[in-house]
Amino acid sequence: MEPILNVKNLTMKFGGLTALDSIDISIKQGEIAALIGPNGAGKTTFFNCITSIYEPTEGNIQITPPGQPTESLNGLKPNIVTEKGLARTFQNIRLFHGMTVLENVMIGRHCRLNSGILGAMLQPKSQQREEQKAVDDSYKILEKIGLDQYVNEMAINLPYGAQRRLEIARALATDPFLLLLDEPAAGMNPQETKELDDLIIWLRDNENVSILLIEHDMKLVMSLSDNIHVVDYGKKIAEGTADEIKNNPLVIKAYLGDDAEDA
Amino acid sequence: MRWLNIIIGTAIAGVLAFFAAKEIINDPVYFLELFLGGLTRGSIYALIAVGYTMVYGIIELINFAHGEIYMIGSYTALIVASVLGLYGYNQVVIVILAFVFAIAYSCAYGFTVEKIAYLPLRNAPRLSALISAIGMSLFLQNYVMLAQTPEYLPFPELIPELAIWEPYAHIITAPEMIIIVTTVIVTALLGMLIKFTRMGKAMRASSQDKIMSALVGINVNKVVSTTFIVGSATAAIGGVLIASHVGQINFFIGFLAGIKAFVAAVLGGIGSIPGAVLGSLVLGWTESFFTGYFWSEYEDVCAFTFLVLILIFRPSGILGRKETKKV
Repeated sequence: MEPILNVKNLTMKFGGLTALDSIDISIKQGEIAALIGPNGAGKTTFFNCITSIYEPTEGNIQITPPGQPTESLNGLKPNIVTEKGLARTFQNIRLFHGMTVLENVMIGRHCRLNSGILGAMLQPKSQQREEQKAVDDSYKILEKIGLDQYVNEMAINLPYGAQRRLEIARALATDPFLLLLDEPAAGMNPQETKELDDLIIWLRDNENVSILLIEHDMKLVMSLSDNIHVVDYGKKIAEGTADEIKNNPLVIKAYLGDDAEDA
Repeated sequence: MRWLNIIIGTAIAGVLAFFAAKEIINDPVYFLELFLGGLTRGSIYALIAVGYTMVYGIIELINFAHGEIYMIGSYTALIVASVLGLYGYNQVVIVILAFVFAIAYSCAYGFTVEKIAYLPLRNAPRLSALISAIGMSLFLQNYVMLAQTPEYLPFPELIPELAIWEPYAHIITAPEMIIIVTTVIVTALLGMLIKFTRMGKAMRASSQDKIMSALVGINVNKVVSTTFIVGSATAAIGGVLIASHVGQINFFIGFLAGIKAFVAAVLGGIGSIPGAVLGSLVLGWTESFFTGYFWSEYEDVCAFTFLVLILIFRPSGILGRKETKKV
């Protein structure tokens, strides 16, 4: 089967610095994949290239959404990439603070609605129905993620763990087939991390999305991931299951340095 | 410093309150006239100021060409009204068509200015975009001067005095009332657009975080374009109303009106729409009372002195958010 995301030879240079050096990564439908590596390895840059925030220096990014033909993402605008079915979250929380929880999620539904500015002003019946459906859908998503108790709260007033989950809910509202999570467990306590673990598996099993996550919490990565990609200094150094990665000498070297064996 | 501010603020407020009370008792009708005159002025400023503040809220650019958009609105209305007047159309038809064309032309100019002068500089340093805005402003002024005339042109009275209102006209005229009512309606509609519609949500989201907005599927360029179009439309409405009220226009009217509206937007806290309306009213009243009780020739001096004072004592404006940067 075609991989849903197929990245070939992705290179990103910032002036003289090569942040990503010919990276190849492919993700299969229904997979939970992880992208790990030491700080500064280029993980977030990889996400930024995939979602078109950066324009990669070289390389091909292709997607094959389930049941649809293969397309290239090169050169598209970030909002079009989202429309094509890739959604992401950030390391730091980037919610729309001045809006309610429901509005945050509804914003994510926008790209799936049709009527434009004229419709917004004239408010015909079809637009009202669409708007009502957007509210209902958003509410359902919040229910699934377990945030329905906060619907009308301002996003900024939510507890930390709930804000993280709201980011995932907002990403989910765009109807993605692939969810890119950038350090979803950062700053969470063990209880919240456990809930996140359950949520990610639940999403994969029930929402028909595949997941690619960047994470430093190795326990979470090892327990969740079907496939792990390791990058270091912008180069991909390994790929495999949790067990393979744990015992890969290149990975150990990347994390612990050359002298690890002597120590 | 904080205590000093409070003491000075209370002292000024006290003196003003005492003075106002004295004047109200002395001559209540004159006070009311000045009050309503200030309200009319403030309403006009508000129609222009919301455009400044909306654009600033979304792309953090002071759109110096905004005053020129307003000027183009009033020129369009003048041309349409004159032509239709020649053919002897009904007054109501003329007014409606003048507004429609003024809004359409201003929106087209606002949209085009953004595409030509600001969109290519979206990721450039803010100073570059600002210089581009000043350039656009000068270009439009001179373009209208060359295409039309450098002279003042008489502007027809689109909104006539009402005969039945005659006895009260020295307090507030019918056109002035229409200006105030129009401003209330326009700002209310604007508030609803921002608060309840999908585009409004997209605007609020984009003003906070453009990258994140794009990543939830919002077409940020479209949002910016819409903002310019909406701002231009309100400026055009203001342009027609004030030109009809003052009775003459030339290519330079956008400059001072634009600067005043900009002052009003900063007074209220730039980026905030209620702030822009409030700032405009405060500025309108300040000018009206100052010219009414002191020296009318120092009207602009008063406006800008007020701006300097506000910037010293409350740099983020009346309703502006305090900028606290995380270190």
